[in-house]
Amino acid sequence: MLAYLLRRVLYALPIMLGVALVCFALVHIAPGDPLISILPPDASADLQAQLRELYGFNRSLPEQFVRWIWRAGHGDMGVSIASNRPVATEVFTAVGNTLRLAVVATFIGFVLGCLFGFVAGYFRNSWVDRLASMLSVLGVSVPHYWLGMVMVIVFSSQLGWLPATGAGPGGSDNWAWDWAHVQYLLLPAITMSVIPMGIVSRTVRALVADILEQEFIVGLRAKGLTHLGVFAHTVKNAAPTALAVMGLQLGYLLGGSILIETVFSWPGTGLLLNSAIFQRDLPLLQGTILVLALFFVVLNLLVDVLQTLLDPRIARA
Amino acid sequence: MRAALSLSLKSSVVCAALALALPGAQAQEKTLRIAMTAADIPRTLGQPDQGFEGNRFTGIPIYDSLTQWDLSKADAPSVLIPALATSWAVDGTDKTKWVFKLRSGVKFHDGSPFNADAVIWNVQKVLDKDAAHFDPSQVGVTASRMPTLRSARKIDDLTVELVTSEPDAFLPINLTNLFMASPAHWAAKLKAVPASVAAPADRSKAAWTAFAADPAGSGPFRVTRFLARERLELAANKGYWDAKRVPKIDKVVLLPMPEANARTAALLGGQVDWIEAPAPDAMPQITQRGFKIYSNAQPHVWPWQLSFVEGSPWLDKRVRQAANLCIDRGGMKQLLGGMMAEPKGTVAPGHPWWGNPKFDIKYDVKAGQALMTQAGFSAAKPLKVKVQISASGSGQMQPLPMNEFAQQSLKQCFFDVEFDVIEWNTLFTNWRKGAKDPTANGTNAINVSFAAMDPFFAMVRFVSTKAFPPVSNNWGYYGNADIDKLVADARTSFDDKARDAALAKLHAFVVEDAPFVWIAHDVGPRAMSAKVKNVVQPRSWFIDIATMTME
Repeated sequence: MLAYLLRRVLYALPIMLGVALVCFALVHIAPGDPLISILPPDASADLQAQLRELYGFNRSLPEQFVRWIWRAGHGDMGVSIASNRPVATEVFTAVGNTLRLAVVATFIGFVLGCLFGFVAGYFRNSWVDRLASMLSVLGVSVPHYWLGMVMVIVFSSQLGWLPATGAGPGGSDNWAWDWAHVQYLLLPAITMSVIPMGIVSRTVRALVADILEQEFIVGLRAKGLTHLGVFAHTVKNAAPTALAVMGLQLGYLLGGSILIETVFSWPGTGLLLNSAIFQRDLPLLQGTILVLALFFVVLNLLVDVLQTLLDPRIARA
Repeated sequence: MRAALSLSLKSSVVCAALALALPGAQAQEKTLRIAMTAADIPRTLGQPDQGFEGNRFTGIPIYDSLTQWDLSKADAPSVLIPALATSWAVDGTDKTKWVFKLRSGVKFHDGSPFNADAVIWNVQKVLDKDAAHFDPSQVGVTASRMPTLRSARKIDDLTVELVTSEPDAFLPINLTNLFMASPAHWAAKLKAVPASVAAPADRSKAAWTAFAADPAGSGPFRVTRFLARERLELAANKGYWDAKRVPKIDKVVLLPMPEANARTAALLGGQVDWIEAPAPDAMPQITQRGFKIYSNAQPHVWPWQLSFVEGSPWLDKRVRQAANLCIDRGGMKQLLGGMMAEPKGTVAPGHPWWGNPKFDIKYDVKAGQALMTQAGFSAAKPLKVKVQISASGSGQMQPLPMNEFAQQSLKQCFFDVEFDVIEWNTLFTNWRKGAKDPTANGTNAINVSFAAMDPFFAMVRFVSTKAFPPVSNNWGYYGNADIDKLVADARTSFDDKARDAALAKLHAFVVEDAPFVWIAHDVGPRAMSAKVKNVVQPRSWFIDIATMTME
């Protein structure tokens, strides 16, 4: 088991380096001037040259990459060009906010997805199955930014029940799990949860249907196990895959919420990326992408480990 | 037991009374909540980023400059007036030297005095690489807006000499962009930087970061809370030096909200009292719900800038004037729900730089067709033109529908318009590279909106041969010796009236020669709660929050 874990961690290292290289290259391939946020296009050529030198953009790309990765390896991801604040502070503050949103959205998505999936799988081809399947297909198909806007129009603009934007009455820094704060979380979290809910539901339904066809289920029933007992065994067998899917979904939600965070002005990684892209803030863009990509790698690693714990056959394989 | 119960009851009554009284006390505090279009709070350390929205919200309210724009009138051009400098004059013999007399008795928010040393310190922060407080991150947004300023010298506590690289009558206008931060407050921040940060440049950077989170200017509002990317809270500076601008609103909360629908929802849901640039589709709903829309013609020009390189279809003046006559600006205004002004040039009639050009920019299809026929074009033989545009972008209004509307308008005057649609930042970068650069991609016009607050940005950078790419934004290589002379005359007319007269001549010449197709001027729409009173939306990119009141 320990050897398996070590092997997985070793595999992750070159992936991380590759991720860093790809994100550096992608960011630099994108058109536009990296100093656009602090240097108007009417700035003189001398001033442009002066700032390029001061920010190190006059160096060759390989040299810039080596310097960046060396500093990042030592915990220094540089300073945002636009805000002049340390990238690490910016990114980890945003990650904290996104994590709060993503975990709640994942929880909602996982609970509802599993519920719909298990029910649909267990009662295949019944009206319950069709209803649950319709809800899950709707979840995957509806554009979530559109859903977000509709929810804002209904629950904020028209009914005035929930706030339309923001991450708390005074901002996200004094977060508390009380109604004053949680009401800011509800609309974005529900909007964000529909895709994982749909995906988990579809996956679990297929899994349950497959498991129920297997011989050991017949054996369990032959032994006289109740419906609940059989259901518990089905859940246990479906859990590793459902968990893996949910882990990936959490990874996606951590980095893939640009639209939702922009619609709701939620100060997370999505809004940060949006801002960094529009301002061509390369250090911030590189730092955010790198941290999110590494999160994804680490999350996959954790899911692998959890799967191994739940199903030791994986480690043996 | 009874005594304890009585005490408890009394305490409860007192607490309840306090609880009832406190919200009442809080209700007395007048808080104005503003949703900006920026995705982040514009920088607060003195020289804001995020274009002029930055100056509007974290420049002018928190800081003062030596000179400022008069924002008190909605029905007249916004002109230059004294601020921290009470008067200024160029040296009689050496026109590169200016003497500024400073206002006495002004204090920064940290209590330190404003004086000549503070001016020198603020010039050095962006121009003197050897100064301990030199900040590269503030250079770009500042130095480009005052390109000729070189240094400052103290004459006495309330007199300072500013030196330019060449005679430049535009300097007092450019100085509206140099905001005065407190040197003493920065020094305190530097002192608080941990000793573990050893390199002077790193210590300076850390001090600026701390200063940005807790800044001190001398403006009508002071910063009380800064939460990066989320909110900036300002409180009234009741000791502000200008009695007319001592704020009546106690607190201002600035919230970055880049998405137009989110801003609109926040206004309709009562989360904010003021939103910048409401979603155009929501204008009727906003007004129906009792909110007010404010707008006014801004010095914000939305044109096609034309190419004068060899082979360009715009080399013929008749073609350029025809294009200006064939745009149905009234129809476009209707398309935008009234949210544009119809331009007559770069500045509007009545502006000191107007100059009464002989060519009247209006919608006159017959006149346009006649000019095109003279130039040898017809419906059967249209003139092909190609324009580089973006699908969106800061200050670009609604580039796709507006450009398509212009395309249809011009069709009736025998123009066959093709678009090269590219991403906004790329367009912005290409703007600097010029029409001869491969990035122009065969286009002979470019659509980048621009601010026309001061003479250099309004005109000089587009018409001077010294501004050919890559020096500045004369993308189309327009210009000749006559125009350069007009520019030089304006730059060396040191009396305000003479300078404006020279600029008026330049403007009239430019309008008549038509190196642009002037299509629209932005009107800077903003929606506010009816509770916000005394709102003056001047003909400016800026607006004065200090003079507003709240019910």
